[in-house]
Amino acid sequence: MKKTNKMSVEQVHTWFEVLRFASAIFIAFAISFIIISFSIDSPFSAMKNLFIGPLTSFRRFSTVLELMIPLTFGGLAVNIMFKANQFNLAAEGALFMGALVSAIIAIYMPGPSGLVMVFAMIAAGITGAIVCAIPGILKVKWKCSEMVVSLMLNYVMLYFGTYIFNQVARDPNSAYKASYTFREGVTLSNIISGTRLHSGIFIVIFFVIATYIFMFKTKWGYKLRVTGSNINFAKCTGIGVAGVIMSSQLIGGFIAGVGGSTEMLGMYTRFQWSELPGYGFDAVILNILAKENPAYIPVAAFFVAYLRIGADYMYKQSDVAAEIVAIIEGLVIVLIAAVAFLAKLKHKMTTKASKNLLESGGAQ
Amino acid sequence: MSGVIDSIFSTTFLFSVIRVATPLILASMGAVITSNAGITNIGIEGVMLVSALAGVLASAFGYGSWFGFLIAILVGVICSLVIGYVSMSLKADSVLTCIAFNTMAVGGTVYFMYAVVKDKGTTIALNSGKLPSIELPFIKDIPILGEVLSNHNIVSYIAILMVLLVYIMLYKTPLGLRIRSAGKAPNALSSVGVSLLRTRYIALGISGILGGMAGAFISMGYVTWFSKNMTAGRGFIALAADAMGNSTPIGAALSSLLFAMAEALSYSLQITSIPSELVQMLPYLVTIIGLVAYAIRKNSLDKKKKEHIVGE
Amino acid sequence: MMSNKVILEVENILKVYPNGIVANKNVNFEVHEGEIHALIGENGAGKSTLMKILFGIETPEEGRIILNGEEVKIENSKKAISLGIGMVHQHFMLVESLTIAENIVLGNEPKKLIFFTDKARMLKSTKECLKRYNFNIDVNDKIEDASVGVKQKTEILKSLVRGAKILILDEPTAVLTPQETKELFTELNTLKKQGHTIIFISHKLNEIMEICDRVTIMRNGTTVDTTFVKDTSKQEISNKMVGRDIVLQVDKKPAKRGKVCLEAENLVYVNGIGKKALDKVSLKLRKGEILSVAGVEGNGQAELAAILTGMIKPVSGSLKINGIKIESLKPAEIRKNKLVYIPEDRMVNGCAAKLSITDNLFTNKIDYFLKKGNIFLDKKKINKQSEFLVEDFHILCGSINHQVQMLSGGNIQKVVAARELSEDAEIIIAEQPTRGIDAGASELIRRKMVEFRDRGAAVLLVSADLNEVLELSDSTIVMHNGKVNAYFRETGNLTVEELGYYMLGVKKQTETEVNAIL
Repeated sequence: MKKTNKMSVEQVHTWFEVLRFASAIFIAFAISFIIISFSIDSPFSAMKNLFIGPLTSFRRFSTVLELMIPLTFGGLAVNIMFKANQFNLAAEGALFMGALVSAIIAIYMPGPSGLVMVFAMIAAGITGAIVCAIPGILKVKWKCSEMVVSLMLNYVMLYFGTYIFNQVARDPNSAYKASYTFREGVTLSNIISGTRLHSGIFIVIFFVIATYIFMFKTKWGYKLRVTGSNINFAKCTGIGVAGVIMSSQLIGGFIAGVGGSTEMLGMYTRFQWSELPGYGFDAVILNILAKENPAYIPVAAFFVAYLRIGADYMYKQSDVAAEIVAIIEGLVIVLIAAVAFLAKLKHKMTTKASKNLLESGGAQ
Repeated sequence: MSGVIDSIFSTTFLFSVIRVATPLILASMGAVITSNAGITNIGIEGVMLVSALAGVLASAFGYGSWFGFLIAILVGVICSLVIGYVSMSLKADSVLTCIAFNTMAVGGTVYFMYAVVKDKGTTIALNSGKLPSIELPFIKDIPILGEVLSNHNIVSYIAILMVLLVYIMLYKTPLGLRIRSAGKAPNALSSVGVSLLRTRYIALGISGILGGMAGAFISMGYVTWFSKNMTAGRGFIALAADAMGNSTPIGAALSSLLFAMAEALSYSLQITSIPSELVQMLPYLVTIIGLVAYAIRKNSLDKKKKEHIVGE
Repeated sequence: MMSNKVILEVENILKVYPNGIVANKNVNFEVHEGEIHALIGENGAGKSTLMKILFGIETPEEGRIILNGEEVKIENSKKAISLGIGMVHQHFMLVESLTIAENIVLGNEPKKLIFFTDKARMLKSTKECLKRYNFNIDVNDKIEDASVGVKQKTEILKSLVRGAKILILDEPTAVLTPQETKELFTELNTLKKQGHTIIFISHKLNEIMEICDRVTIMRNGTTVDTTFVKDTSKQEISNKMVGRDIVLQVDKKPAKRGKVCLEAENLVYVNGIGKKALDKVSLKLRKGEILSVAGVEGNGQAELAAILTGMIKPVSGSLKINGIKIESLKPAEIRKNKLVYIPEDRMVNGCAAKLSITDNLFTNKIDYFLKKGNIFLDKKKINKQSEFLVEDFHILCGSINHQVQMLSGGNIQKVVAARELSEDAEIIIAEQPTRGIDAGASELIRRKMVEFRDRGAAVLLVSADLNEVLELSDSTIVMHNGKVNAYFRETGNLTVEELGYYMLGVKKQTETEVNAIL
């Protein structure tokens, strides 16, 4: 067969994804730049601060990694739940409750601190699993739309959790709304002094690897992917879809719960969340950026974390509200998810590649 | 406790139900139209939020509350059309598009709020407009009913009118025929040369008007400021009302009233000794229960139908 | 009146889909005014793409379309309709909950007071149209209550009402009985007399020989030849379609029937809108035989297959495999009895379109392809078997890791067959297994079914393709209105016309005759 140095159809496709990503990011930043330039005089320096912010100090860069941890947990949780084709957004509530449960255990449970932490994490995981199971059960048993139920459930968990917090853990002597402190030593060890980076990063790496292996190398992951791709087919071909869906929601919820616990034990000495932290909602964004591949979730998490820390810096230096990041992220994921973005160009190049293939006599 | 019961069976409570129901009814009408056109419109939450801010800013810096109202509607339409463009023409998954939009709305509104008033909490520093309340002639003098129905914000009356208009539009006009076809049999529309895309854009545009009105009411009807995330999930509750009402205008309106009662109840209960957090949970819990009840009922109705036929 | 005037011409069309597949290449095609022109070719040959281009659903990368001597660009369906091109799709595009009249006027609704629908005018104009073309239907009926033949007439009317001079019919007889087909042909001749031109896409050589004036054959995305029907033969057309002699007949030894392996007794099923889809259906399937369930689609066959495979539960009645009651079991459990299923709608029930070919080949048997410990997938074993199956079933693809949705219909069906027809299958339920796919794939799947039957498997073939039923099956039952109204122990003695009468319910066997199967 004649060797041609023109691109094959597959190569065109891959090259295109890269191009789309790069364009999406560029356009998002460009638009944000324009928006910023309306409200302050020095948009260039603001953008500069955004980009280099996390690099201005070692400590600041470490905050990026610290933020990556809960984001990655959320991303993994949502990845598994979405793979079953369930738009279960209760990872947020699961993470919140997981954090609360592990905080209460950290305050009250006696025993060696290592044991307490393990117990706290497992309890948090189970709590998270229960939370995420609720929309799952309602969907499987009564075909109730999981999306609205899970969104409502997050609010319910926030208020219910706050109630429990007020009853059981709140420290009346504290100046702001916070719980009693965790027992001495019940905290994930600091791995780089001078930063707040904690050993939770090893836990999350473990979960990333475990999730990837689960998804692509085990029979459970296989069944999950088939079910998520076409549930009628899965049912027809003998896969117990109810079990697959339920277990995926439970596993996702477990991971979210553990994520909440890791964040609590790694970064705090008291429970003080009065709002939902947002990691569960961010997880949807991460999944779009990671193209639903668990291996890319940490990369996406890094990107988002970097952006947020940069925005914080920009806020401090240039007085531009950090929330501009929400606009950037929204634009990026919309452009990436938009299949038709640059589709015409891709089509032209694909046509060319196909024609070349035919002309050089290769099989289609 | 008896104080609570008294307060529920009072005209003030029913009055507040109608007030609270206003944005839900408007948003759920928007959801009904897009559902019938076959669109999942989760972005209603974000549309309401952005419109709420737009109304406040426009009325403060422009020509008063009515100008703000119009701008809120305009912004609502633009946002909905943009969502439509991204999901239908750029072919992004519609659920993801809406989630992205809602994220942008929450952060973006705070950003603009800060840019304008240098406050990340509320715009209360601005003297933004308030839409007027109206005393209904004749009705206001009817005992009991008058106290419940009269003296509402004009947007509440607009909301009730919208239920009627949406009903007529969907079932008695060619546009409604096409919107319903777009949802039930999109192929049918394209087979006769009617643009499916255009029909859906129109449906989104109308839902943008309704969502804009709902947003404007939230920030200019009862209170006169914008605060971070002030829609608090009402857009999602409107979606639940649409589902419970089987995507019909009357059904969705009644469901909205139900959820509004739960919300109004949660305000009444806050003055009691019941912990405020549990009370705040109420509207969301009721929504979940409502959706589940609806799903259970639908399932059992289907079962009963089969059993009935076999029994013949 | 057929003339030699070329009304529509297509020149050097090239169409490439976004996934890189070249669907049309060097396509040249011309249609004379007033003729019925057949377009035939295997699936993946490019005829549906060509029709989509003519109706504005797709646009070609290169090439010209010339209508009445003038070059035109057809960007969308609206433009096609305005140019007088109408299309009747294989899968009807009607709104079920609306009436026939509403479906016909959709998009052209008569208005009163600008905003409101004028119901009276709508009814009047549709009735006038019916009279003109001699269609016999009640426009006030809801589409969901109408028969398939009536639905198709509605679709044709939709085009005529909008002034279509050229009608494209995509596999129009795929869902009709012989009698309904005759009616359709009469209508087509009426239209032809009134000056309309018809492009007739079909796989059915008999019909093409009967009603069409000329035939164009497509193969591998290109037009191969155009001839007058009277100047050619079925064998010749078939050869041009695939470039080799296709066996139109199935080589079959007589059946060696064994014991009963599947027993259905008085199955009753009520569907979503409250209709009794199955009304006390009983049958017995024996090893070593191919039993056909013939009938016009929508008479309960789909529900029967769904119950047999565990997708739905019957309202009453029992189902036994090898003596074990299974009517309340899920598909997973039923399959443990070595039952396999080729579903009617391969995209809905037969595959996961976005997953790879390999992923699709093991969904019902993944437990046999695991490493020790039964958790991890044995990738080596899986890939080896996947490559073997792709070769054995002649699945045309770039690699075993390609997404299934990138394949043509026939190749997707082969993936389904490759997965289901594995060595140890004992009961094969095949539902419309060769519908809408090319002759080569059909032949392969039919050959495999006969192979399995010869090895002692039992095959239940649900098919609306009369020739397939007659060629392939040993015994036949006919379903009509949810009941079995005929049983033929030896299909060999059955003629097409006879079968058609039972399918339409014109004739009905006695209960004793039907129960002979038990």
